[in-house]
Amino acid sequence: MRSSNLFRRLVITGIVCWLAVFALLPNLLLLVVSLLERGTVNPVEPVVTLANYGRLFETAIFRIVVDSLAMAGMAMVLCLLAGYPLAYIIARAPARTRQLMLILVMIPFWTNSLIRTYALVAVLKANGVLNMFLLWTGLTSQPLQLMYTQTAVFIGLVYTLLPFMILPLYASILRLDARLLEAARDLGASRFQAFRRITLPLTLPGIVSGSMLVFLPALGMFYVSDVLGGARSILLGNYIRDQFLTSRNLPMGSAASIAMTAIMGLMLLVYYYSIRSSGRQEDVA
Amino acid sequence: MSRLAKILYSAAVYTFLYLPLAVMAVYSFNASKFSLSWKGFTFEWYGRLWNNVSLMEAAVHSLTVAAVSATLACIIGTLAAFILFQYVFPGRKVIFGTLFVMMMSPDIVIGISLLLLFLAVQFPLGFWTIMMAHVMLSVPFVATTVYSRFKGFEGEVIEAARDLGAGEYQVFRHIVLPLVAPAAIAGWLLSFTLSLDDVMISFFTTGPTYEVLPLRIYSMVRLGIKPDVNALCVVMLAITVTAVLVSRHLLKEKK
Repeated sequence: MRSSNLFRRLVITGIVCWLAVFALLPNLLLLVVSLLERGTVNPVEPVVTLANYGRLFETAIFRIVVDSLAMAGMAMVLCLLAGYPLAYIIARAPARTRQLMLILVMIPFWTNSLIRTYALVAVLKANGVLNMFLLWTGLTSQPLQLMYTQTAVFIGLVYTLLPFMILPLYASILRLDARLLEAARDLGASRFQAFRRITLPLTLPGIVSGSMLVFLPALGMFYVSDVLGGARSILLGNYIRDQFLTSRNLPMGSAASIAMTAIMGLMLLVYYYSIRSSGRQEDVA
Repeated sequence: MSRLAKILYSAAVYTFLYLPLAVMAVYSFNASKFSLSWKGFTFEWYGRLWNNVSLMEAAVHSLTVAAVSATLACIIGTLAAFILFQYVFPGRKVIFGTLFVMMMSPDIVIGISLLLLFLAVQFPLGFWTIMMAHVMLSVPFVATTVYSRFKGFEGEVIEAARDLGAGEYQVFRHIVLPLVAPAAIAGWLLSFTLSLDDVMISFFTTGPTYEVLPLRIYSMVRLGIKPDVNALCVVMLAITVTAVLVSRHLLKEKK
């Protein structure tokens, strides 16, 4: 009996220690460094300050923050609008079709997003597949200059992150009890009313977690901006990377990442709220 | 939605998802070096990859990191799922929450926070740092995969084993492990893919002496489209597709 208790204690202690060292400690360090001053000899000076956070609101940096948030927000909305119908179709498809359709979403989900970004270049280039198609159909007479524009970065974000929206949506739609919808329709609700009053609130957790999985990476994926946007467009991720590797301003880079973590915290709050409210709806039903 | 509308809509989204990959795959066999026009079928670019010594070295690094980190993540993740499922102890919810937050955290934040940790303890960046960082990335995925497998089987088996005098370790070794083995192997495969495909965390946690494939691709890609990059990406894609299909198969069995 003693050895069995030992096993249990060992495993729990091991996992807790591992999490403390590799999950908790690095984030604490990030927070501490973001409150310090940049040093001239050492990377940081032990002077506590909030100046790094204040600097996030200075014109040049604030522009990046706002542009990046706007871009990530639009990518999130477009992924949601494009992903929801597909997730719904997959969840309601017959078993065999569903498996196939699901795997076809999982493959890009697990594929290196740098490779997928790169694959997009051959499509978006001036003499790429998209322009060949547009010229061939006569939709445009001039090839579109998409590469190295904000639009290309936006397309890239939507393209790489769409599967991250579809999978959580699919999971929450699959869990939705179809009988609730039938009942609503029997009681005289229109299709739209049934969707608005039942489907939407009950799949809210999927909507929120999918949105998180699109919005947060969309702020950070600096290589999408590098490959498709050239030097012109900058995401928050590019800024953080440059602070760490080029400017060697660790406190500033840390402050920007803590800002991202704070956004994640807010979204997690929304997520918990959505779980609770959708749970309550289920109880009522 | 009508049936036709559903089919058309799905086809449109899947085309969007797969067209660029298909184009890349086709051009990796194109004999023409510069233009997008088709100049005949060739394996030349794949051959060049094979003969590129520094590229092969990066490939060996990547595969080593992927295999070692997947194995560690598989062990830690399975044990974490086991204690979360089996035991009630103070801090259980905190572990749950931490794993969830780790899964949701943007890669860039994980990458730089670990970089700060390694800088703080002055650990030289290289195999060990990138490997531990990838373990970090993968554990939440293994833990959730294995945990959902636990929920699938009856607690009575474990109760019976306990009644018959099995200790905690014996329960884990002889009852739990065989039952969750398919999920754990699936988790291993997914971790392997995650590690092999990661750009962001590798970017911050490896040093110049230990280059891995995705970072190599990153520096190649910034120079524009090259047929050998196409070939390399197709090889990576093939590995990912295989791992996903095998792990799906493992998770589907016995359901």
